[in-house]
Amino acid sequence: MADTFKLTHENLDGLFAVLRKDGRRVLAPVDADGRTELNDVEKPGQVSKSYIQTIMSAKDVVFPKVERLLSYTTEPGSVELHDAEPHALPTVLFGVRPCEAKAFGALDAVFNWDYRDKFFNARLEKMAVIGVSCTKADDACFCTSVGGGPADTKGSDILLTPIDGGYLAEVLTDKGKAIQALAPQLFTPGNGVDKAMIAAKLEQAFDQPALTAKLPGMFENKLWEGQSLRCIGCGACAYVCPTCVCFDIQEEADPKQGQRLRCWDSCGFSMFTLHASGHNPRETQSARWRQRIYHKFSTYPERYQMLGCVGCGKCTRACPVDMNLREHLVEAANA
Amino acid sequence: MEALKQKAKELLQKGDVKAVLGYAVGTGNVRRPHFARTPEQVDRLVLDEKCTQNLATYLTKHEVKHLGKVAVVALPATQRALLQLVAERQLRDDAICLLAMDGTEVKVLPSGAAVEQHLALKTDAMPTADKAMIEKLMAMTREQRWAYWQQELSRCVKCYACRNSCPMCYCEHCTMDCNRPQWVPVASHALGNLEYHMVRAMHLAGRCVECGECGRACPVGIPVHLLTFFAEESTAKQFGQRAGHSTKLDYALSTFKPDDKETFIR
Repeated sequence: MADTFKLTHENLDGLFAVLRKDGRRVLAPVDADGRTELNDVEKPGQVSKSYIQTIMSAKDVVFPKVERLLSYTTEPGSVELHDAEPHALPTVLFGVRPCEAKAFGALDAVFNWDYRDKFFNARLEKMAVIGVSCTKADDACFCTSVGGGPADTKGSDILLTPIDGGYLAEVLTDKGKAIQALAPQLFTPGNGVDKAMIAAKLEQAFDQPALTAKLPGMFENKLWEGQSLRCIGCGACAYVCPTCVCFDIQEEADPKQGQRLRCWDSCGFSMFTLHASGHNPRETQSARWRQRIYHKFSTYPERYQMLGCVGCGKCTRACPVDMNLREHLVEAANA
Repeated sequence: MEALKQKAKELLQKGDVKAVLGYAVGTGNVRRPHFARTPEQVDRLVLDEKCTQNLATYLTKHEVKHLGKVAVVALPATQRALLQLVAERQLRDDAICLLAMDGTEVKVLPSGAAVEQHLALKTDAMPTADKAMIEKLMAMTREQRWAYWQQELSRCVKCYACRNSCPMCYCEHCTMDCNRPQWVPVASHALGNLEYHMVRAMHLAGRCVECGECGRACPVGIPVHLLTFFAEESTAKQFGQRAGHSTKLDYALSTFKPDDKETFIR
């Protein structure tokens, strides 16, 4: 059971100052030209007042869109290799939603599966999450259908739930306790507020365990073709997704030097599984769309005993053609 | 709206088309592209001022071509894109079946010629906000413009929503995906982003139908359409022709004419 406190708005101001003094940057949702972006902030006053979600996920804090893995220089007869070191900044993610906080677990499952990725881990180690519970949801949200909830604590080091005058603060992990220890006086005794009364109400849209159980038998279902007909095959869904972890290794080189880069990739792209022979096992957009669903709802549970989706709905909001994931999962569950 | 649905059902029932592509209500009351392949699916069609997407994008996709002939609910921008696709020999004239609204009446435009004629009656001025923004950018110094685009493009993640939503970006093997040799860096770093957007803008100079779909598609709100709008306007000014007005148009940037006004080419 987490230790529960109250964090007033004034004390949150103080906490931001203390975190920055401790040498950490604070990234939080900020309003920018009608969008909500995750940006460096100094004060809680800069944080968006009305956001449901940021457009991009916070995954690039641990898994940047471009990461240099190594570089080299060549001279006649010799090659000199230079290991790259991750440029990991001490970071506090403030205001990410419980769904997104939980998503780091899905990234961790891959980056620490059969090999411990030093870049991911260096960044993760220096990151702490102060999540903020949702008091409203929109038509893209479905966290409660994938085992989460608007005030779920999983993935947050401290979870804040808005109450009169500030926040109910649940200090959940050692990283959370370390933040609290920087200024223990800012965390005052809690008053026993029931956060379930404050959190957004979001009805479960489909039975996920039942869907996961039936997916292996639905591979040839016509449903995928129908759903994907309007998909234009871009990577917006994958790139805003907090759990999408696929990457491509690129080499940028000239005759004298080069570097090896890890770049985001997306299963929606037609070249994602293109073989050198010219054969493509996922030749059509429907095969690629099906892959997206299966990877998150069938492969992930099978391999990592968790889902590859947290129900944040970012993909739905970012999609140029409104591919609504919740709606498509409901359809699949009812098929 | 009822007239449109009725016409769509009629076309499907007679077997003239295999699907009707239009718009339906989506998440949070947005409009989304909608393929109606049965009369029941036709009932979900809507057409109002919230419908903006350029549906011509779908006509060159394998999956859509496989359906057979598709009737398309066509806004003026969709009509322009379709004419340009015919001009670039990406669509055959007999593949055309557009449903265009003329007041409350539904017109079926069955050929490129019919679309040309219908479009000639419409004005297609660039949205004032975009025009104003281009003027504002042109009034800047080169350094200011450079700073503006560097700032904007820093948000780009190379999801290619701009490319994939564009009706004129139909190439099966895009230069961006070419890796033998690799012309443009794949990585979404400053250079990779800049090169991509420059190539895209240049490739659409003289071909952009100014629908603005790329800008609307961008998940992080980069006004990438201003780049192609500007490229198209420059081409129009210098070559005296615009994309999307005729089924017969020689591409300005790759056509040699003996009577070219420039002397260096002769």
